[in-house]
Amino acid sequence: MRGTRIGWLGSAIGTALLAAAVSGPASAQDTIKIGALTNLEGPFAVPGLDGHRGVDLAVKLHNGMAGGKKIQILKYSSDATPDKAVAATRKAVEQDKVDIMIGPLSGDEGIAVKNYSKTHPEMVFVNGSSGAQATTLQDPSPNFYRFNTEGAQWMVGLGELALAKGYKKMWLVAEDYGFPYSQVQGFMASYCAKGGHVVKKAWVPLGTKDYSSIISGIPSDVDALLVVLGGADAVNFLNQAEQAGIDKPFIGGSITVDQTVLNYRGKKRESLLGTASAGPMADGIDTPAWKKFVADYKANFKDGFPSPSLFAYLYYINTQAVLLGLDAVNGDLSNKQEKLKAALAKLEFDGPAGHIKLDENRNAIGDTFITEVAKAPDGSFFNKVTHVVHDVSETLGLSKAEFQKMGLGNRDVPSCP
Amino acid sequence: MSAAQWRRAMNSGAGRNAWARPTGASAASPATVARAASAPPAGASVAFGEAIGAIKFRHVVVLLAVLIYPWVATPFFTYQIGGQALALGLIALSLTFLGGYGGMVSLAQMATAGVAGYMVAIFGIAGEAQGGASSLGWPWWIAVPIGIAFATLFATFVGWLSVRTEGIYTIMITLAIGVSFYYLVQQNYSIFGGHEGFNEVHAPIVLGVNFSHAIPYYYLALFWALAGYFFIKYLLRAPFGVALQGVRENARRMNALGFDVTAHRIAAYSIAGVLAGIGGVLMVWYNGRISPGTVGTGPMLDILIIAVLGGMRHPIGPFIGAILFVLVQNFAIDIIARERFNLVIGVVFLSIVLFSPDGLLGLWGYVRTRLQAGSVQLKLRGRNVG
Amino acid sequence: MNSSAPFWRWLWMVVIAVPIAVFIVWANITNPRQFVSTLLNGVTLAALYFLVASGFTLVFGLMRNVNLAHGSLYLFGAYMGWVVGDATENWFLAIAAGFASAALVGFLLQISVFRFMQGQELRQTMVTIGISIVLADLMLWWFGGEIYSFDPPRAIFKSMPMLVVNKYPTYRVVVLGVAIVIGLVLWWFLNRTRVGMMIRAGVDDRNMLAASGVNVQRVFAITFAIGAGLAGFAGVIGGTALSISPGEDTRYLMASLVVVIVGGMGSIPGAAVGALLIGLAEQFGLAYAPTYGVVFTFVIMVLVLAFRPTGILGRRTA
Repeated sequence: MRGTRIGWLGSAIGTALLAAAVSGPASAQDTIKIGALTNLEGPFAVPGLDGHRGVDLAVKLHNGMAGGKKIQILKYSSDATPDKAVAATRKAVEQDKVDIMIGPLSGDEGIAVKNYSKTHPEMVFVNGSSGAQATTLQDPSPNFYRFNTEGAQWMVGLGELALAKGYKKMWLVAEDYGFPYSQVQGFMASYCAKGGHVVKKAWVPLGTKDYSSIISGIPSDVDALLVVLGGADAVNFLNQAEQAGIDKPFIGGSITVDQTVLNYRGKKRESLLGTASAGPMADGIDTPAWKKFVADYKANFKDGFPSPSLFAYLYYINTQAVLLGLDAVNGDLSNKQEKLKAALAKLEFDGPAGHIKLDENRNAIGDTFITEVAKAPDGSFFNKVTHVVHDVSETLGLSKAEFQKMGLGNRDVPSCP
Repeated sequence: MSAAQWRRAMNSGAGRNAWARPTGASAASPATVARAASAPPAGASVAFGEAIGAIKFRHVVVLLAVLIYPWVATPFFTYQIGGQALALGLIALSLTFLGGYGGMVSLAQMATAGVAGYMVAIFGIAGEAQGGASSLGWPWWIAVPIGIAFATLFATFVGWLSVRTEGIYTIMITLAIGVSFYYLVQQNYSIFGGHEGFNEVHAPIVLGVNFSHAIPYYYLALFWALAGYFFIKYLLRAPFGVALQGVRENARRMNALGFDVTAHRIAAYSIAGVLAGIGGVLMVWYNGRISPGTVGTGPMLDILIIAVLGGMRHPIGPFIGAILFVLVQNFAIDIIARERFNLVIGVVFLSIVLFSPDGLLGLWGYVRTRLQAGSVQLKLRGRNVG
Repeated sequence: MNSSAPFWRWLWMVVIAVPIAVFIVWANITNPRQFVSTLLNGVTLAALYFLVASGFTLVFGLMRNVNLAHGSLYLFGAYMGWVVGDATENWFLAIAAGFASAALVGFLLQISVFRFMQGQELRQTMVTIGISIVLADLMLWWFGGEIYSFDPPRAIFKSMPMLVVNKYPTYRVVVLGVAIVIGLVLWWFLNRTRVGMMIRAGVDDRNMLAASGVNVQRVFAITFAIGAGLAGFAGVIGGTALSISPGEDTRYLMASLVVVIVGGMGSIPGAAVGALLIGLAEQFGLAYAPTYGVVFTFVIMVLVLAFRPTGILGRRTA
């Protein structure tokens, strides 16, 4: 009796699967399909949604066309785990047959998708917002392009600023994984070389929320704190440090004092004013190109952030690069996209936040903005640009040999206690 | 005498904890257990003969369907839907075996699979990892047995620890063990490669067949899924399986009958560990990589969802659950907004545990009964009108 | 299990106690300030864990219902508290709203769902897993992924003078005080009120309670409401100490689980002991061995289970 039931169910499902498997969507020749992978689940669901806005904005401002062909965007999602990122990319490439793939969002996902891209050398993969150094510095893939700078590049120039402010000895707190390692390396590479000391690094495990014992371990003789935390963690740390009566100045990482942290839902903390940080963009960039970008973002997304987030910006420039590349080759994707690959490799353009070109590993060389938190006339907080470092390379301004000697950032590298 | 009659007759509260309770022939009472166990070694061969004899036309149809599937499906459907469902189904099968037949719902099965996956990456061949972790680069035929052996050991340890506790405690303790394994691999860089884990862990090329390609991978997964399925079917009729179900129904009475309850339970964990370990090897080859995200709380719960979705009273349940789960996971974004994917999964899961405790298998049985009843009613009504 | 020779018990105590004693002496000589503040942090974190776990253990003790949606109730209470606190600008009303909203949800869950699956422990657990998945996504939908922060009275949200460590956050001391008060209130409620005595009687023997003419369903509903309400209450208290964002639900669920497993399921004093042990382990781990500090917690749990399968103050259940 029961067995019959199961047999029927099995064959019913089998038939349904077969039916679904045989039919695949056909693609028209005058349309180019681009897959866009961000996170709509998991810890980065909110920034991921803003990443999709960045893609949409770039296509819209390009009038939905590139190289004389219509651009169709297909959306994909992961939950910040590399497994899901590869699964979603595989679906885009092998099932939905996209021509070009943009994504993913976070560092480890980027490394996994870069490795996957090697199994499809016939098409172009462009990064979304992932910023792991290893993606392009370790075993790079010839058809993976990254038109944004990465986590370490975003911190270049901040070390000099700290020294200029007279911070000779610093203490740092950061989450214990790849992205903060990169950020810390970007800061310490020049800070250590020019005579600064990081006396202690507090690497906190991912998921730590109560920082009180970390805070009580801050040595009393340091001049300032480097805080490389993001989102709720940054808010928790800053709240607790204030309650504990810590009055040392902060320096932030690229996501420590972004819009989500500055304008969280609740009473604002004046103590954040003046906090220095650095990144590939800033809300307060004072150029026509940036102001137009912000105005376009606001006009198109009523439900978006008050101004585009880091993720919207990064997805925007990567999408923009793809569209510009397609324009350059008139939408010619024949012969394993060879023309497009060549065009992208030598593409140079002015994005909303400065000039961008690629190095020989297909990673961006671009600008880094040094900022400090200021108060706008309407009472909201924003990051005011104090200084711009131009043409930051992935070797952080060092020669290739010097950089290789230092190696990629991790818990112990670099070190200058 | 059925198990239910037994319980009534003895007026005991046995089985109160057992929620997923099989019905019919596979249900065991201490009496049948005693009978089965007192007739060795004939018991094993009889059970085996029964298993062979039970093969019917419908089994052949399903078998043919899964065999020709990759030749009609696209590589994507073969690999990402078929292959993944088989690998996940095998891991969920280990939970169905433990939970449905042993009465011990273990959330640590994904961690067990993860142990095997990590060991394959550590002892076998993997790409450059962060922070000093490096794989030993041994060939697959050494790394894979090591991985499965470690998984079995790990599962035995989990069993040893959790069988001391009873019923409902098990689910929490195994959850905590799973989470601690997740934290361990996340924090340790020197062996487990930390947050980034291991990349480029590929299935081997054996005799010119590259098992990381869609069709060879599918058949590899299918082979082990079938092997696991028939092994469990066989085991449930063998003395050990019958005794295990007896332990689930009433541990105290089984103890009185002279069975070592603790040993049976731990052994069940070890057997489930072997299955989960094989599933873990398939999983790491499927993903081509492994990292803490592979064994996090989400994937741990996914295995439970798959097992419950399919139904815990038949070994085919986890595979049906896995097919549905993988389909929803891949195609939810095309049908409904991806943002609310978890809501859909949650509502489906909740509806099933609320209204059909036996999963899709139970639902199917319910629909069938209703359909038959409905057609009978229609006929009756027709007669009235006529 | 407990009939083992005293020798072994002594041996284990020596194996565990000696390293701890050595560590305490060493830490106090090298940096007394850090040791004392870590100790205070551990105790105050334990206070928060006790608030969350007491509701969880109360519900389990009476109904054998392992409510894996307890973390969701924490987060729900916190969000509701924030909404009320934002509208009224009164932090105390936020606390009341956190308790009331979570208690209401708990009450509704008990009378509309769990009442119909009494005794089916595994199925109840599965249902709570399903509820937690659905609630988590609904809250993400409604409140987004933004960070919410409370605005408590200034007087309790600054630092206060303290021996050895000089300055210490006032609010953490407040949390400790609140936990002690809640613990005493729970004790009074369970031992001195009629409903409380019914609950205790139910914990000891449900069937006997029903047989003596008590409306068991009403007692169950009240208990579930109180347990859930404590989670919502802790949501506002804990959300003020840190902040609220998606993901806090699983964090506090895991914390409650570990606390009650270590302390003993169903025992309020057990929750206190477990919370203290886990809170201290977490903070000392973070301060002195950050890399594997998170694993410590689980090692403690494994050790406790290996020697006392029902937890430190747990009783064998029938």
